[in-house]
Amino acid sequence: MNPLEGQGPLGPLLPSHWSEFIVGLVLFAIIYMVVWKVVMPRFETMYTDRADEIRGGIERAEQAQDEAAKALAVYKEKLANADDEAAKIRDAAKATGAQIEAESRAKAEEEASRIVNSARVQVEAEKNLAMEDLRKDVGSMATTLAGKILGENLDDSSVKKTVDSFISSLGKETAKK
Amino acid sequence: MGIRPLGLTLFEAPTFGVSGFDSSPVFPSQQWLDCHPHTGELTAEVKRICETAPPVWSDIWVTNHILQAIIGATLVIVFWLFVSHKPKVVPTKRQWVGEWLYNMIRNGVARDMIGDGYQKFVPWLVAMFTFIIVNNLFGSFFIFMFPTFSKVGFVWGFAIITWILYNAVGIKKWGVLQYFKRMTVPEGVPGPILLMVAPLELISNFFMRPITLALRLFANLFAGHLLVMIFVVGGTYLLTEVKNNLFYNVAGGVTVLFSFAIFALELLVAYLQAYIFVVLTAQYVASAQAETH
Repeated sequence: MNPLEGQGPLGPLLPSHWSEFIVGLVLFAIIYMVVWKVVMPRFETMYTDRADEIRGGIERAEQAQDEAAKALAVYKEKLANADDEAAKIRDAAKATGAQIEAESRAKAEEEASRIVNSARVQVEAEKNLAMEDLRKDVGSMATTLAGKILGENLDDSSVKKTVDSFISSLGKETAKK
Repeated sequence: MGIRPLGLTLFEAPTFGVSGFDSSPVFPSQQWLDCHPHTGELTAEVKRICETAPPVWSDIWVTNHILQAIIGATLVIVFWLFVSHKPKVVPTKRQWVGEWLYNMIRNGVARDMIGDGYQKFVPWLVAMFTFIIVNNLFGSFFIFMFPTFSKVGFVWGFAIITWILYNAVGIKKWGVLQYFKRMTVPEGVPGPILLMVAPLELISNFFMRPITLALRLFANLFAGHLLVMIFVVGGTYLLTEVKNNLFYNVAGGVTVLFSFAIFALELLVAYLQAYIFVVLTAQYVASAQAETH
């Protein structure tokens, strides 16, 4: 048969068998049901899972970032605290140092004044001793000198008394002066 | 009758597995064989009996082209079940192919054209696209060498269900009267012009859409296959059957070679027509649902 001839007035536009029409629709219905009930749910479920996984991954990354930021904050705070503590310790050390210095200075001054005092006392004692010796020597020398001048021995006790009282008055006068 | 050219034999071949336009039973009954002799004319008496006798069931329902459509549908179903079997979040190659095709229709056609609520129409469009493209590709591949939907019966079926689909969607959304009004009275058209526009819209939206849908698919494949056959049959005839004419022989050879280009074109047409069919289906659904026309 000529393909363009077909059947009836519409030529090839009318089906030669209406069975084609029915079979086409039935086959489409079957494919539609399979795609609708089986294939599409499989793919769509997988798409949901995939979207969840990607979203979950992003969330996990965000969470990790948050944690890192928190850790950083904690670390920074600790660092700041450590600085404060160091400053405190430094201050305390400074204060202690100053105290110790003051104490040792006070002690040294006390020691110095004690040494000066004892030296002064010793000097005084030695001066007195020297004065005593000198007085004795000056008396005897003066008596000797006067005896030579007078030509007689003045070594008796009365003379000695006179000399001694003179010298002691002399000492008193010098002491007065 | 002499020696029949090979091409002509293909052209008229009545049995399964070749590219003739006439359907023939896969398991022909005696009645069919008697009424369709390979050679010779039927006598007037036999012809009268053949035209009046009720056809045998299997001669009509189990033809080569129906079998071809069933094989096509089976391939489509097997393909989808295969590529969608246990889908993984990270796809295998097998799944990737399925996803690529599924997404092309789901995102490229359904979502882009229909918008909100497109999911309902995805299986319809996926089923329609794959069923049509597989049967169209039968036209360019061995074993079948015949595009199933150049038989117009299948195509009318698809056009009618598409027509039912988009009208049903529109009526469900707007109600009968409101939908009818939306489809015939475009907004912002003044009264007098409306008198002319409304009937055009009516004809266009309710009558021309299914007809053009069916004719576009059918005629492309029908004409394409006819073209292929003319090139192959005519070329083969000129090449092998014309004696003592070198020009005809050379022309025949060139024609056969050129038929490969036509085959390539047919591959494009096979894809394009399947795609256009589902794109227009989506477009009609979208226009039936649209807030403004």
